[in-house]
Amino acid sequence: MTLPLTKRRSIHRKVEEGVFRVLMVASMVIVVGCLVLIVGTIIWKGLPALSLSMITQTPKGGYYLGREGGILNAIMGSLYLASGATLLALMFSLPVVLFINLYNKKNSRLAEWTRFSFDVLWGIPSIVYGAFGFIVMIFLGLRASLLAGIFTVALLEFPIMSRAMDEVIRLVPRSLLDASYSLGATRLETALKVVVRQCLPGILTAVLIAFGRGIGDAASVLFTAGFTDRLPTSLFQPAATLPLAIFFQLGTPFPEVQERAYASAAVLTVMILLISLLARGLIKKSTKHIIK
Amino acid sequence: MKIRPHISIKNLSVYFDQQRVLKDITIDIPDRKITVIIGPSGCGKTTLLKSLNRLLDPLDGVKISGKILVDGEDIYDPKTEVTHIRKKMGLLSQRPQALPMSIYDNVAYGPRIHGHKDKKKLDKIVADHLKLAGLWDEVKDRLGEPASRLSVGQQQRLCLARGLAVEPEIILGDEPTSALDPQSSQNVERRLTELKKDYTVVVVTHILRQAKRIADYIAFLYLGELIEHGPAEEIFANPSDPRTRAYLTGEIS
Repeated sequence: MTLPLTKRRSIHRKVEEGVFRVLMVASMVIVVGCLVLIVGTIIWKGLPALSLSMITQTPKGGYYLGREGGILNAIMGSLYLASGATLLALMFSLPVVLFINLYNKKNSRLAEWTRFSFDVLWGIPSIVYGAFGFIVMIFLGLRASLLAGIFTVALLEFPIMSRAMDEVIRLVPRSLLDASYSLGATRLETALKVVVRQCLPGILTAVLIAFGRGIGDAASVLFTAGFTDRLPTSLFQPAATLPLAIFFQLGTPFPEVQERAYASAAVLTVMILLISLLARGLIKKSTKHIIK
Repeated sequence: MKIRPHISIKNLSVYFDQQRVLKDITIDIPDRKITVIIGPSGCGKTTLLKSLNRLLDPLDGVKISGKILVDGEDIYDPKTEVTHIRKKMGLLSQRPQALPMSIYDNVAYGPRIHGHKDKKKLDKIVADHLKLAGLWDEVKDRLGEPASRLSVGQQQRLCLARGLAVEPEIILGDEPTSALDPQSSQNVERRLTELKKDYTVVVVTHILRQAKRIADYIAFLYLGELIEHGPAEEIFANPSDPRTRAYLTGEIS
């Protein structure tokens, strides 16, 4: 017996709905599962080496072979480096993005080319930024230092931050700009007092993404920031970073030092987690005045 | 009715890319009256209104020829400061567009830009203009709240207060009641009628009944041309152009 056409169609649609739902849930399980596995591995393998001294002391016996002490040098180094780089990237990113969105015609060629170059820059591997930073450093007669690392990581963060900001600032409705202009506001006043406020959550998210990328990157700081067992005290001295600490510790032949690499990774993960939570709080607060 | 012009539009044409949206418009807009621009949708009403405070020029591919004189000053003269022109005119848009800040800051935004810093004076400016817009009683206890929490009708009156706070001479309304419920619409209409004793009001509307209720002076646009303009009673009672008559009787819309 064949069912009437409408009935068959309705069964077909139900099956379709069900299949796609299962696929979506499966994708979600895979992604979340991977995340749990990664974090789980880091914690499980690093737990034996994790101790208070790990985050309160600098390494004893060298960062490469040392089995005592901690990674405070790398924690502080990474925080300084990523904060400095993010601040520097923001100082250039925000003006560029405001400029292409407010001071140019919509879909102007300049804006399109700028966006295109962000996309290209985004795709360049960080080791290339590292190499570029190294060449510039040599050219300027600098040595590996916190400052050189900050510059290089800022360069790496810049396209990421800009593109993420651009996506939100582009969405500001024309009528909101007109409302500000019609009160006699200049473009700058409109940009800083209205657009930045309207886009604050998006801007903070962009900053957070860039910060996360900057603090976790090893290749760009390998040649530029150097590494040291000491705490960073000057912009012109080399600075240790967590990703490189992990890299060096993993590279040793001794299992107990390798364990410390996982502990370092756990510290880095927790740091990113805390910073994200803090930022989320800020972002939530900043949405209060948004016009939908 | 004797006309004392506040805004004089002379041979204004506006082109979007190659398309001519406004064709050679010449009209004097009377001082301290409500001038209502009527016409079917797409006839260029909003474009005409936006050309008055130069909101058109940042858009792409817009070309403007002709002159607009406000108080005898050519607003498209390169020497004219655009912010100065816009400060003279408060704009009410189709959908109220509150700024992403508190109710208080929305009204204080304009005065602050134009140099008012004194907190006490700002408080007074905000209170006075919210009263003028008929919103004070509803918001006086929650000035710090985000403006987005107000209803659409309240937001439109907030926009009116905000526009008035920069002490303009002219109020422009681009279908200012089209997003509002009947009661809020009535409220806004009443405000506009009260305000005309101190301000020149130019309103675009596609609602004929609204035009009849508030207009002192009428300009009828059709396909980018100014067909007819004159005192409201005359136009409504005795339109001289057949197209105006057709529009008023609802044959074209």
